[in-house]
Order: sequence, then structure tokens, then C-alpha cells
Amino acid sequence: MNDVRRLKILVADDTDTDRLILESIVRKEGHTVVSACNGLQAIEVYNAERPDIVLLDALMPELDGFGAARKIKELAGDELVPIIFLTSLSDTESLVQCLDAGGDDFLSKPYNRIILQAKIKSFNRMRELHSTMLTQRDQIVQYNNRLLQEQMVAKHVFDNVAHSGCLNANNVRYFLSSLAVFNGDVLVAAMRPSGSMMVLLGDFTGHGLPAAIGAMPLASTFYGMVPKGFSMTDILREINGKLKNILPVGIFCCAVMMDINFRKRKIKIWNGGLPDCFVHRHSDSSITPVKSTHLPLGVLSNRAFKDDCEYIELEKNDRIFVWSDGIHEARNAAGEMFGEARLKQVFANNRNQNRLFDEIIEGVQQFVGGGEKDDDLSLLEIRMDEPERVNAYAKEASDRFGNADIEWSMRFEVKPTSFKVFDPLPMLLNVLMEVPSLRGFSSTLYTILAELYTNALEHGVLKLDSGLKQTPDGFSEYYRLREERINLVGSGYVRINILHKTNENGGLLKVRIEDSGDGFDFANRSHDNLSAFGYSGRGIALVEKLCGGVKYSGRGNIAEVDFSWLKDD
Amino acid sequence: MEHLDYETLNTLKQVMEDDFNLLIETFTQDSTERLKKLQELIQGNDADLIRRAAHSFKGSSSNIGAQQLSALCAALEKKALAGELENLTVDVARIEQEFQLVLTQLDAFH
Repeated sequence: MNDVRRLKILVADDTDTDRLILESIVRKEGHTVVSACNGLQAIEVYNAERPDIVLLDALMPELDGFGAARKIKELAGDELVPIIFLTSLSDTESLVQCLDAGGDDFLSKPYNRIILQAKIKSFNRMRELHSTMLTQRDQIVQYNNRLLQEQMVAKHVFDNVAHSGCLNANNVRYFLSSLAVFNGDVLVAAMRPSGSMMVLLGDFTGHGLPAAIGAMPLASTFYGMVPKGFSMTDILREINGKLKNILPVGIFCCAVMMDINFRKRKIKIWNGGLPDCFVHRHSDSSITPVKSTHLPLGVLSNRAFKDDCEYIELEKNDRIFVWSDGIHEARNAAGEMFGEARLKQVFANNRNQNRLFDEIIEGVQQFVGGGEKDDDLSLLEIRMDEPERVNAYAKEASDRFGNADIEWSMRFEVKPTSFKVFDPLPMLLNVLMEVPSLRGFSSTLYTILAELYTNALEHGVLKLDSGLKQTPDGFSEYYRLREERINLVGSGYVRINILHKTNENGGLLKVRIEDSGDGFDFANRSHDNLSAFGYSGRGIALVEKLCGGVKYSGRGNIAEVDFSWLKDD
Repeated sequence: MEHLDYETLNTLKQVMEDDFNLLIETFTQDSTERLKKLQELIQGNDADLIRRAAHSFKGSSSNIGAQQLSALCAALEKKALAGELENLTVDVARIEQEFQLVLTQLDAFH
């Protein structure tokens, strides 16, 4: 007969007959009835029984229906307890009074069973709807709390990985929201062993955790490689490759990376997808934009990735400004974007260069107006200064580089019993690779060392005739003999001397290899003829090309080369 | 206007079932008291108390289907609201007369 579940309904009426009738009607509908004879009692019963719907007579002794309704609504709090006023009042004012007191509807006397039934049904629907809404609201609050908590944990982890590095240096100013990582913005900075500063400002596509995830490998790679002296291009490639592998298609990182050399007052800069950086000249307040000339990090495979950089000479107190698009795209109430024109105007209006940074932030904030919409702003200013005024590290590195060139040497001798079982090349190369600026030359250095060592071993110690290699048959005979002699060798040596020296612009590596052999008449050797050595001469020709010459001495058993390099940063 | 609305009464009887007699008894007792209260009140001149008493009596008699009685109470309520407190004994006498009639008819009904 009815599709409403069993409800508990409070009937409050001081007229016994009216209450009797209502109780009967309600009970007939299958609901439970609790009753009260006046307003105070109605509140008591409400408190004790927590009924689903309240039927309240307007005029009652002790406390009338209006007062009781107010109190019951107050007690119900968030919950919706429909209150239906029972009344034979019919003037507008009284009915309004019922609604003002929190009543939801009226039921007029004489009672009509069908109407009461319909009202109970409809109010119960409303009540259930409200309770569903409350449950969902509570769920949303709970989910939101959990999300915030997760974000805080993630932020904590991220802050440990992507600490602000050396951003506290005296010549650096930056603005970054505390939750920037969830806007996809990341700013990392570290000092290189050379005393230059490496900085990367990145802006990942998207928001929230997906945007934050890429920042982890970026920061850990950056902080892992910069202090070891890797070059900017190596680091860019490493980060690009990692992001390309890790991130789904469509998520990538627009970035600017800079290597700031305070000793040479030079900046090496790579811009992949961020807005133009501005180089601001101290002398005439002019600005030179540094455009993005690359795709963002994480888009291209490392094979297609381009790492060519721009080099900019800076005077002391010249500044470079780097930003994510949060500044350009900050919107005012009318939906207009701040844009580059307004940004340039800030520069044009500037009178005190030390205030530029603040004026940019203020300009954007004034433009945007009230509210906390500056969450997406990321801004970085780096001023060129003397190394000793940047930070202690730059000063220390500058002293080290400025006053004393790094110089070391090593000697290494291979003795007879080792020739057969030991190849000294990997070990030597390993040592050389500890020098950061030599890392880019590993294959060249390998070629040089390998050719010189092979010559010393084969022609010097083993006394093999290179002339043999001029015919294919001789070639195999050569290797047969090599095998035979290396098994029998009982005396002789190869001595390797390596001298390393750095200077302002790069460095010099002297490699001297001496063997115990008879040498050769180097004075009469033709220098211009690369084919003079035939098959066996190819290697030496290559070494000559790489080192600008091979110097022989002694009886021709000592070969010496100079390999010099220029640092690109 | 009929003294009793039998449609209302029949519905009530259906709804109340066994309790119908109790309802009539309660109505009789309740109304007797209300009447007595009214008779006392009109000796004084508290218009609001008179109005409230008439209002409640109006409501309960309408619920039981005593429409004539309800109408007489409504008239009294109206007078009290307007502050016309003269000759109320006549009104209450009419109400008492009608109430006795209703009781007789109710008795006959069940």
C-alpha cells in the first residue's frame, strides 16, 4: 500500500482528539508514532527519539509550535528534519510565521488522510535526498583531505629530492609558489666543481601529481650530475632521455637551463619551450630576448635531441630573467592576459634596477587583482657578479682556478709477465675520465692511447716488423708472430707517462710512451706522407691528426703527444 | 449546513477502527471541558484567551466533522479577535446548544 519505508513520526498537538486522529492516520500508513502534548514536550521527545518527520500544532500551551520548530531545527543541525505545521490558522501572516520558524509545510484541519500521506512521502524523499547529499559531501571532504595529505607527503619527498640547491646565493632572486611542484614548476640550482652555477627552470605540462612526477627524476638527475662536473649538454641529454622514457606522451617539460660562469662572465643557455628569457644590461637598461630554439625536454628521443646552446657575455650587474608562462598568462578579472607587452613595459618604467624583480611581481599581482591567483608565477633573476660575491663555493673554486692551475702526472710501467694478460688501456682511460672536462673526449683519448701503446708493444717490445703488414699474407703472418712472441716474452717494458695540466681556457694532456725496443730512425721519416707506414701507419697518422704531431726521441723508442682541449663553458 | 459531516465521520471510522469509540469519548470529554472553560472566560475580559479557546475548539470540532459547531466557534474567535466582548453569553449558549445536538447525533451514528 505504501512504498515509504517505516518512519518515526512525532505528533505534537495539545488537542487530544486531533492528536488521536493524526496518530491513527500515521500508524495506518505503517509508521511509528511518538507523541507530545505541548511544545516543550515536543522538544524533549525529539531529543530522545530523533524522529524522521515532525508534525507540529501551531498553537500549544507551554511553548507554541513556532518556538518548538526553531529549537528542533537547531537540534537537528545539518540533518534535514521536515516540520509540517498542523493548523487551522489561515491568515497569511500566521502561515508566514510558520515558515519563518523553520516549518516546511502546513496541514490544515480537518485532516485529510490522502494529503497527509502524500506529504509524508514527498518529505521523506526530500529527507533521503538530503541525507545522500550529506553523505556525499562528507565523502568529498574526506577525499579532499586525503588528497591534500597525499600532496603534502609528495611535497615532502619532492622537497628532499629537489631542495633549492644554491638558490640562496647572493646574486640570485626567485619567486616560486610553495606548492609550485603541483603546478608543474620546478627550479633547481647547483654549483659545478669549476665554480660556475648551473640552473634549470622547468614547467611541466598539466597540474597536480602527474605534473609533479616528472620533477623527481629531473631534480635527482640534475643534482646527481652537476656537482660531478658533467657538461650542460650531457645533463640535458640525460634528463631528456629519462623524461622521454618515464612520462606518457603529451606530458613534457618546457625548460631553460643555464651555466653561469662568474670568472669569465659568460652564460651558456638552452631554452626549450619557455617564453623568451630577458638579458638586461646594466649599462643602458636594454633587454635582449633569448628565444626558445628547441623542443621541450621529454619530447624527442635522445638521437633527435638538439643540445646546441647560446653563449652570452655579461658585464657585472647585467641580469638575466627567466620565467614560466605563468607571468605571461596571468589573467585579470576581465580574462585578459598579462602578456609580453606589459612585461616589457615594467622594464621600460624601471628606474632602480635592484627593484626590477619586485616590480615584475607587483605588476602581475596588481594586474590580476584580488585573490590568490599568483600561485602559478615562477620567476628567476640572476645577476652577474664577482665569484667571491656569489657564494663561498664560487669563491673557493675561483681561487683554485685563478691562482693555481691543476697539474698532476702519473707513471705506469707494464712488465714482461703482464703483456699477455693485461690491457692497461681501460684502466688508464678510467683515470682520465675522472677529469670532468675530459669526459667529452673519451673516444679520442682511447684512440691516442691505444695506438701509441700498440706501437710500443708490437714494434718495440715484440720487435715485429711493420713492413710485414703491407700484404694480406704478411698481415696474418704478423699476427701469428705476435701471438708466438707475446707468449715467450721474458724481458722489456712499456712505460706510460701522463701529465695533466689545466689553464684558464682548457687544458693539456701530455702522453709519453717509452718502450724497451730498438726504436727507429725517426729523423729520416717522411712527415708528409701518411702512407709511409702502410697498414701499420694508419694509426699513427690518426694520432698525428688528433694531437697535431707525434714527437719521437731517444733512439726512436720514445713517442710523445700533446692533446690540448678548450672548455666550452 | 449539516450538523455533522458524515463523509468525514465515515472516513474517521475507517481510519480509527476500534479506536473510533475512544475518539468520540475523548471528543465528548475534551469538548465538555472546553465549553466549561469558555463559559468561565467570557465572565472576564481577556479577549486573547477567549480567542485561543475558541480557536482550539474550532479545530477539534472540524476534525470530527461537526461543521456547524466549528463555524459557531469560528464566529466567536472572530469576535474575540475584533475585541467585541459584549453579549458573548449568547454565542456560548448557542455553542452549547449545538454541542448537545452533535453529541446526540454522534451517539446515533455509532
